[in-house]
Amino acid sequence: MTGRRRLLFAAPLAVVAVGGVGFYTLLRRMEENKYDPHALPSPLIGHKPPAFSLPGINGARGFASTDIAQPARPMLVNWFASWCIPCAQEAGMLYQIAQTGVPIWGIAYQDKPEAIENYLGQYGNPFTRLATDASGLTAINWGVYGVPETYLIDKSGIVRWRWAGAITDDVLQNGLNPLLAQYS
Amino acid sequence: MKILLFLIVLLPSLAFAQMVTRDGVTLTQAQETRAEAIGDQLRCLVCQNESIEGSSATLAQQLRVIIRQQVIAGASDKSIMAYMVQRYGIFVLLKPPFSPLTWLLYASPFLALGFGVLFAWLARRVRTAAPAPLTDAEQERLRKLLT
Repeated sequence: MTGRRRLLFAAPLAVVAVGGVGFYTLLRRMEENKYDPHALPSPLIGHKPPAFSLPGINGARGFASTDIAQPARPMLVNWFASWCIPCAQEAGMLYQIAQTGVPIWGIAYQDKPEAIENYLGQYGNPFTRLATDASGLTAINWGVYGVPETYLIDKSGIVRWRWAGAITDDVLQNGLNPLLAQYS
Repeated sequence: MKILLFLIVLLPSLAFAQMVTRDGVTLTQAQETRAEAIGDQLRCLVCQNESIEGSSATLAQQLRVIIRQQVIAGASDKSIMAYMVQRYGIFVLLKPPFSPLTWLLYASPFLALGFGVLFAWLARRVRTAAPAPLTDAEQERLRKLLT
């Protein structure tokens, strides 16, 4: 009898305790940048990017979906813009990744040629190839909802990973590097 | 008769009076109403608690244009929704479909109700259970206390 009474008292307390631990974990993971409630899973993962063909800047050659259909090694496609603050924050990180031999192909999102050139001059150019999506319509087809966004494309041209936001050291160590090793 | 003919000639201009322009796309009022109804059901990916219709983000504006262009081209509501889901996933739907990913969300009110009923039932059983009868020694003590 007292056992059941005790259970009735304990049950709500247990619910509150479990909820509290859950929320605490959530908030702590958010603080440590391990969980972003705004981040969305990309429907492109497991698929090839939609067909596109984009120009470069000032008449230079851009690239098309056919150019990334079968890369020699896993590569990154990085959507960026000169007006985007987190892009500048991850610029050093991209440079570091490019130094390890991973090709990074850049697509400037809704940007002007002069602004892109200034930006690359100021923060360095880690990109193997550069294209521009001035209208932002190709970005919509990719499901890009902000810059920067980085996509990992494997040797068969399939998207394996998408990161929305700046790539930090933690994202590189725990997110990207294991996948680069897996798909190379 | 002449007046009637004149009025018939004027009829197409009535259709023009019904035209509206939103985000640079000109369409009929009926098409605009349909486009708004679609946009109201879609989440803006930038300001995630706003609908595409209600958001001032550039991406939301671009998506509003795409919706209107597709409405003008005669696309069904379903195919416009599918276009969005293909790109952004079911998160773009303000009312997501019932699926393995969302069943717990939809079931949660019923689960809460179920737990509540169970809890109330258990609590009732505790309350209505009669206390054990007094032992002989307790009866004796009670008699002494009362006299």
